[in-house]
Amino acid sequence: MSVAATTLAPPVRLKEGKALPILTVLAALAVVWYLGAVWLNAPQVRERLERAGQPWSATDLVAGTWAMERPVLPAPHQIAVELWDTVVDKPVTSKRSLVHHAGVTLSATLAGFAIGVVLGIALAIGIVHAVTLDRSLMPWIIASQTIPILAIAPMVVVVLGNLGFTGVLPKAVISGYLSFFPVTIGMVKGLRSPDPIQLDLMRTYSATRAQVFSKLRWPASTVFLFPSLKVAIALALVGAIVAELPTGAQAGLGARLLAGSYFGQTVQIWSALFMSAFLALVLIAAVALCERLVVRLRGGRP
Amino acid sequence: MTARMAAGRPAPSETEPASRPAVVEARGLSLVFQTPDAPVTALSEVDLTIRKGDFVSLIGPSGCGKTTLMRVVADLEKPTSGSILVNGVSPEQARLDRAYGYVFQAPALYPWRTIERNVMLPHEIMGQPAAQRRERARRYLDLVGLAGFERKFPWQLSGGMQQRVSIARAMSFEPALLLMDEPFGALDEITRDTLNLHLLRLWEKTGITVIFVTHSIPEAVFLSSRIVVMSPRPGRILEVIDSDLPAGRDLDARETPEFLEVARRVRVALRAGHSYD
Repeated sequence: MSVAATTLAPPVRLKEGKALPILTVLAALAVVWYLGAVWLNAPQVRERLERAGQPWSATDLVAGTWAMERPVLPAPHQIAVELWDTVVDKPVTSKRSLVHHAGVTLSATLAGFAIGVVLGIALAIGIVHAVTLDRSLMPWIIASQTIPILAIAPMVVVVLGNLGFTGVLPKAVISGYLSFFPVTIGMVKGLRSPDPIQLDLMRTYSATRAQVFSKLRWPASTVFLFPSLKVAIALALVGAIVAELPTGAQAGLGARLLAGSYFGQTVQIWSALFMSAFLALVLIAAVALCERLVVRLRGGRP
Repeated sequence: MTARMAAGRPAPSETEPASRPAVVEARGLSLVFQTPDAPVTALSEVDLTIRKGDFVSLIGPSGCGKTTLMRVVADLEKPTSGSILVNGVSPEQARLDRAYGYVFQAPALYPWRTIERNVMLPHEIMGQPAAQRRERARRYLDLVGLAGFERKFPWQLSGGMQQRVSIARAMSFEPALLLMDEPFGALDEITRDTLNLHLLRLWEKTGITVIFVTHSIPEAVFLSSRIVVMSPRPGRILEVIDSDLPAGRDLDARETPEFLEVARRVRVALRAGHSYD
């Protein structure tokens, strides 16, 4: 253990003078996006303008590429308008409200995350405490993640449907299938992280296995748990969205994506994508907040 | 050397050593580690008796098996042959009886626990009531001069303070035997002197039996009532030197002729060990 020689500076996220460079990068990205929209949408717009037979200028062309109903690549402001329209203007109860769809996906995500965390931790505990489980389970756990989730999702839906489970459960199972993996890997590492000397100490007290677990292995693993949870909750969201694709779901961000692609509603697809990205940010921030609370409870230094 | 030990010496204190009960009794103790390339003999034919109230230092160069010997006493290693009794029972039974406190080379504090809760850890495991846990933790933190640090976390303390916490933790459940494995090895000399004096006072006050591993001659002589000199490869006992420096001695005792004479004998014994190479 090192001699405590630490400077405890308060965490400063956005130091003075950092805002301008960040805004510059964001502006540059927006410019690239607008140019990309012109480039990708121009052929269709030009064809339409020529068919109209009217004389047209470059300004007409550019304006046209940024205002198409079904563009190849919608412009940022079109997505912003669509988001405003479906998030703020529509009542949450409406089938067209993006908040409603996000809520449906969120419930499956959280249920899947819960399944993934419980399963992941349970597997890690088994693996750490029994050599047999370590040898027999670990290869299967790794193999499970090499199978594309899109290949498994329909089977899960069919099997669970046959057993009479429909609605949120099949989606949660698929979501949990993706999210348990980082939890298991992180927790196996975390539960094995105590020093030999810390374990010897427990032995000198004749501590039981359960005591070694609850007083040493479990608290030692928290440092490893939270990074795993951040990955897991993002994967749970991906799993929930993917699960909505083959299930013919009527609601959810995945259903929005699917419907958008059926009807070429690219603006709708992009706004659903933005919604899911926003959801992921919120979820990860929530996990990060829990982490900070736990770290603070445990003395301010993990 | 077995003969030399068995013959014994006049007792350093008023009490005959034989009249005090044996805390550790090792006979023909050997331990061979099986490593991938070749078996390593860590301990070879060790005979040693440690009596109640002794402060015994195990001294020798790195790799002489002194830590291994202490880990055998603590049932953290199993001997390959020979016999050993701790408090008259097997080391495993002694461990299950929670007969000893162990201080490691590093403080081995749990970083997520406050200082007080670190000291309370053994009490939690031994299922003592909460009020008693706290009372003991307070008392022993006070004893090692750390009153007022109860709510701090380990990283907020210096290395020397952390090691004092680990000593308080080992003593707090009041075992009759304290095993200390180079507890001050990683500390600077000034801190080490202070902690040595601290430890000596604690020992005089409590009458606890201490086994202390070190490779510092002055430290061993200053603290001990008996010094066990060991030699490496294979780890064996060269000589057991009794020391009868006056009780209540302070750090200045290290300049007295008595101290220097004991230190000289330890040094000669250590040198003799090296002539085997």
